[in-house]
Amino acid sequence: MGSITLKQVRKTFGDVEVIPGVDLEINDGEFVVFVGPSGCGKSTLLRLIAGLEDVTSGQIVIDGQDMTDAAPAKRKLAMVFQSYALYPHMSVRKNIAFPLKMAGMDAAQQEAKVKHAAGILNLTDYLDRRPGQLSGGQRQRVAIGRAIVREPSAFLFDEPLSNLDAALRVNMRVEISELHKKLATTMIYVTHDQVEAMTMADKIVVLRAGLIEQVGSPLELYRNPANRFVAGFIGSPNMNFLEGETARAMGAHAIGVRPEHFDLSKTEGLVAGTVGVAEHLGSDTFLHVHLDGGTQVVVRAKGEFPVDHGDRIYLTPQDGRVYRFDEKGLAL
Amino acid sequence: MARATTQRSRIGWTIAAWFVALLIFFPILYTIITSLKTEQEAIAGFDLIPSFTLSSFEAVQSQNSYWRPFTNSVILSLGSTLLALVVAIPAAWAMAFSPTKRTKDILMWMLSTKMMPAVAVLVPIYLIFLRTGLMDTRIGLTVLLMLINLPIVVWMLYTYFREIPGEILEAARMDGASLRNEILYVLTPMAVPGIASTLLLNVILAWNEAFWTIQLTTTNAAPLSAFIASFSSPQGLFWAKLSAASVMAIAPILVLGWFSQKQLVRGLTFGAVK
Repeated sequence: MGSITLKQVRKTFGDVEVIPGVDLEINDGEFVVFVGPSGCGKSTLLRLIAGLEDVTSGQIVIDGQDMTDAAPAKRKLAMVFQSYALYPHMSVRKNIAFPLKMAGMDAAQQEAKVKHAAGILNLTDYLDRRPGQLSGGQRQRVAIGRAIVREPSAFLFDEPLSNLDAALRVNMRVEISELHKKLATTMIYVTHDQVEAMTMADKIVVLRAGLIEQVGSPLELYRNPANRFVAGFIGSPNMNFLEGETARAMGAHAIGVRPEHFDLSKTEGLVAGTVGVAEHLGSDTFLHVHLDGGTQVVVRAKGEFPVDHGDRIYLTPQDGRVYRFDEKGLAL
Repeated sequence: MARATTQRSRIGWTIAAWFVALLIFFPILYTIITSLKTEQEAIAGFDLIPSFTLSSFEAVQSQNSYWRPFTNSVILSLGSTLLALVVAIPAAWAMAFSPTKRTKDILMWMLSTKMMPAVAVLVPIYLIFLRTGLMDTRIGLTVLLMLINLPIVVWMLYTYFREIPGEILEAARMDGASLRNEILYVLTPMAVPGIASTLLLNVILAWNEAFWTIQLTTTNAAPLSAFIASFSSPQGLFWAKLSAASVMAIAPILVLGWFSQKQLVRGLTFGAVK
């Protein structure tokens, strides 16, 4: 079991209110991603759930039990830190066994559990090494191993991949997703990378300035963003926003169109502009277009699209793919 | 040409460095030389070649037992250091890992007590020792030396602990380690080099402490610093014997320092060079 409920959870550091009050429901077995720009309070929220920070007010319920004031170890949660936080003076084996040792498990049982976890994570050959002798990806797997052996009711990941290089990040992303499928345990994952959020999550929680902007599945957020912030944050490259005459014509303060939702033409369209940079990737072509009104937009064309710097181009947003926002940035 | 200049300047600097080092070491060297002279040679004037007699050492040993003050020195320096560590490890842990707004001020205040001349509190401490019966006792002096060096011990440990990432301790907490286990299994093993060099430095400081040990002891608890002092005034100027006593007092700590050089340098420059 691993359901977690936050009720009006508030956190202040001195006079600074980091989390003004969050309500959130996390179901058993869900993969939930907290995403938001840096400083949005996503890590603080995770640390509150972990018990590494004390809540200022509100309630944290884990598996039906009020755990607001419980010590971290009592919450049956396991955490994987951004810096891995391995014990540098212990071998991989001892690192993974540490929580079992603290729980007073006998040595034979510890060994069996360590072997099992090492098998899942391909660490069997490295059990006698020290963390200093491992690569970044291996260290991260040891950190995950240390979390697995506790058989927690939920895993907490605090930006676990941000210290890895790009290629390894993609691999570990897949590994963590597979691990979730295998264990079917609740996972809460904090990241500032919306691609990680989109690819891994069952449920994304978008945070800004300590407030939840929207909660939903990746595609719900992609299709129906509640406001301009979520619309701009989810999706890569970011959504384009047009204000002024074009927006007013559609009865909105601003309209948003994703780069992949423009029809391109060299002869006619709703708005006209000049190509600044064309990035030819083969599978796609990304065009950075300076519109005549002064706005710059990014447009994604499927496959190869033969234009270059200085070419004139006409853009038309696809039907039903235009998002309209009012002055406050709320979706209409 | 450029190379020749570098070579020449390198030789110049090497000579200069050796000269300065020798200048600093000279008093100790001359003490050792004097200890190997007869009293006549010692007062005769400057002379670098002694007659290599051990008579002064014999005389020192026969007049005053060396072993009693030696034992006292060992007990005082080790005792005060261990006591200081017991107090300072939890203190430094608290300051490093759950600091408050006032932590920096407290650290500065602790250090500021070291800036006060010791003689300023001589009378009150003398009276406290006199009235509580701690005068000339090992326990009194051990506690006093511990208190005197405590600021430095806390500071050194604090700097070491600060280098240990807080996330590792948080991980231990998540893994179910109690505060005791966290300090025992995670913090202390990671801080062993720091604790070791703090221990070494404090032993040396306590061993060399002369002001309080001379003021507050007579015979029972007198360590080697008081032992040296006993050869200076009452018996006139016996340079050779005084030097022999000094050599006997500093020899153990010189040996200890020699073997632990690496640890000490690392301890003293920790945080400065990273």
